[in-house]
Amino acid sequence: MREYKSSKLPDQAGHFGPFGGRYVAETLMTALIELEKAYRAAAKDRRFAAELSDLLRNYAGRPTPLYFARRLTEKLSGARIFLKREDLAHTGSHKINNTLGQGLLAKRMGKKRVIAETGAGQHGVATATVCAMMGMECAVFMGSEDMKRQELNVFRMRLLGAEVVPVESGSRTLKDAMNEALRDWVTNVRTTHYLIGSTAGPHPYPMMVRDFQSVIGKEALRQFRDAAGGLPSAVVACVGGGSNAMGIFTPFIPRKEVRLIGVEAAGQGLSSGRHGATLCRGRVGVLHGSKSFVIQDNEGQIREAHSISAGLDYPGVGPEHAYLKTTGRAEYVAVTDEQALGGFDALSRHEGILPALESSHAVAHGIRLARRMRRSERILINLSGRGDKDITIIEGALGGGRVAH
Amino acid sequence: MSRIDAVFTGLKERGEKGLVVYLTAGDPGASSSLSYLRAAADGGADILEVGIPFSDPTADGPTIQAASRRALDGGMTPGRALSLVSDFRKTHETPVVLFGYYNPFLQYGIHRFCRDAGTAGADGILSVDLPFEEFDEMAPEAMRAGLDWIPLASPTSGLPRIRRVAARGSGFLYLISVTGITGVRKALPPAVAAWTREVKARVSLPLAVGFGISTPAMAREATRHADAAVVGSACVKVVEANGANRTGPEALKRFIRSLKKGIEVE
Repeated sequence: MREYKSSKLPDQAGHFGPFGGRYVAETLMTALIELEKAYRAAAKDRRFAAELSDLLRNYAGRPTPLYFARRLTEKLSGARIFLKREDLAHTGSHKINNTLGQGLLAKRMGKKRVIAETGAGQHGVATATVCAMMGMECAVFMGSEDMKRQELNVFRMRLLGAEVVPVESGSRTLKDAMNEALRDWVTNVRTTHYLIGSTAGPHPYPMMVRDFQSVIGKEALRQFRDAAGGLPSAVVACVGGGSNAMGIFTPFIPRKEVRLIGVEAAGQGLSSGRHGATLCRGRVGVLHGSKSFVIQDNEGQIREAHSISAGLDYPGVGPEHAYLKTTGRAEYVAVTDEQALGGFDALSRHEGILPALESSHAVAHGIRLARRMRRSERILINLSGRGDKDITIIEGALGGGRVAH
Repeated sequence: MSRIDAVFTGLKERGEKGLVVYLTAGDPGASSSLSYLRAAADGGADILEVGIPFSDPTADGPTIQAASRRALDGGMTPGRALSLVSDFRKTHETPVVLFGYYNPFLQYGIHRFCRDAGTAGADGILSVDLPFEEFDEMAPEAMRAGLDWIPLASPTSGLPRIRRVAARGSGFLYLISVTGITGVRKALPPAVAAWTREVKARVSLPLAVGFGISTPAMAREATRHADAAVVGSACVKVVEANGANRTGPEALKRFIRSLKKGIEVE
């Protein structure tokens, strides 16, 4: 097995071992090269860093707290559970970390228009927010199925002045929204920045989004030392495209004693064929500009993913996760819709925190893990977003009875 | 000399411009697709681009997206597309370029696909989402199998890059007329003529201009400085309108004749 060398990755061409790269139409290549140059220059620029860090602090509300979930821990009588509270960041999820970074970069590059894809709507809301604040035109592509599931976020984006473009093709979810965003970008590439919200897509996106999201892990590492001393035994995060997981994993990658666990959506069960567990069940392929694991048929056609959570309903995954998996540095498991609802229920009831359905997958696995671990051990869960947007789905799934008891 | 080279040499000798026609393999069905390919060749297409349908065609507009969907629903696969080419080759000499997205090629196996494409009688491969930076994944295998590797250049590429890209390819250089996706357009951008002339002066490969060309007049305009025009969505629309109708191939043949007439040099 290859050893994971994080500090050097990706290479100049955007590869994480055999994964990553730039599999896009020729028309986009020049834009990707320009974007990479602009990003590398910005990353070295102290004024850019200062401006971003000011916005993260005074606009997004960072650092987000690290919270010891005392009652949940007591209920489980296993490992102690700590939550990194990304749900408390402005707009209600970790997505704002990346949209602020890329928004500043887009301005620096002189782009007047920003487009984005969104599944659960969290990235769309974070993009619309930053565009409103920075004075840029914003269009968000969203599958019409997701627009139904995440009505509240659609309304939020519109209130923020963004145009929400319904996507009617394919499964009408995140994958199709990304297809349509790529089609828009290839058409308007000279004036438009495509603000990808995940660690997926062509190079430099997986690198750039990871870097912008790493603020989560950097804070958590420090906060954990201060609050609990030492390092957690395991770090747990949900994985759709993989941005919140890369964000919290990255600073822990060199700390080999820390288990890194990504939680995918098992939907209605891994054997049902209706899931979003790309790393657990997919095969190596190329989708949306990079080589990674992909849920596909034998002929290379992309299959539809399924998950109760729109943010995990995606048949691809970021290339660095593929590399973390094949090098054995991170483990990937899957949690069903029903188990995720259990995670939601437990956190709501015992801690007074309504987690997003995406994050509920991480919570569900964290609970499962804690039960099997010693009391002296500690688990750090990335609570990537808040659950208000999911209330109608959860109401439908749990039914009135269970909520009332 | 490859079959594609021979076509461009012949056109040049006769002082003519070429017509490249795109159709999606398996659209609207496997057997009717073969009739349309034959009709396109009979109508005067100098080169055929046969699209391997993909579930997520991010460089294509609604027309070719719908064609891909029809083909996939009818059970078209990369392997069946190769059988289609092999059946076409039994009756026609027109060069065939296999046009597709990378993932289906990758799942088939790059080495195997190139070998089988050569055996089926295909002449070239064009992979839309495999830019210069990733050529090494497929171009060497294609060339080893005796196939031309058709590179793409776009208005955003810039001349230095276009020259590098062209140097790695063979057959012809596919010049994308606009930034955007495939699909019928009403007019070519005014900058196309000057840009084509500029590229033509610096690249030795024959030039085929495509994206948006839908009428004989536009095909004529596109070939003012280029060697050929590529017409895709407009031909696919004829297939879409006629479906498996027995008169469909004849309608396509007539349309292609009109395009070919449009680019004839007076």
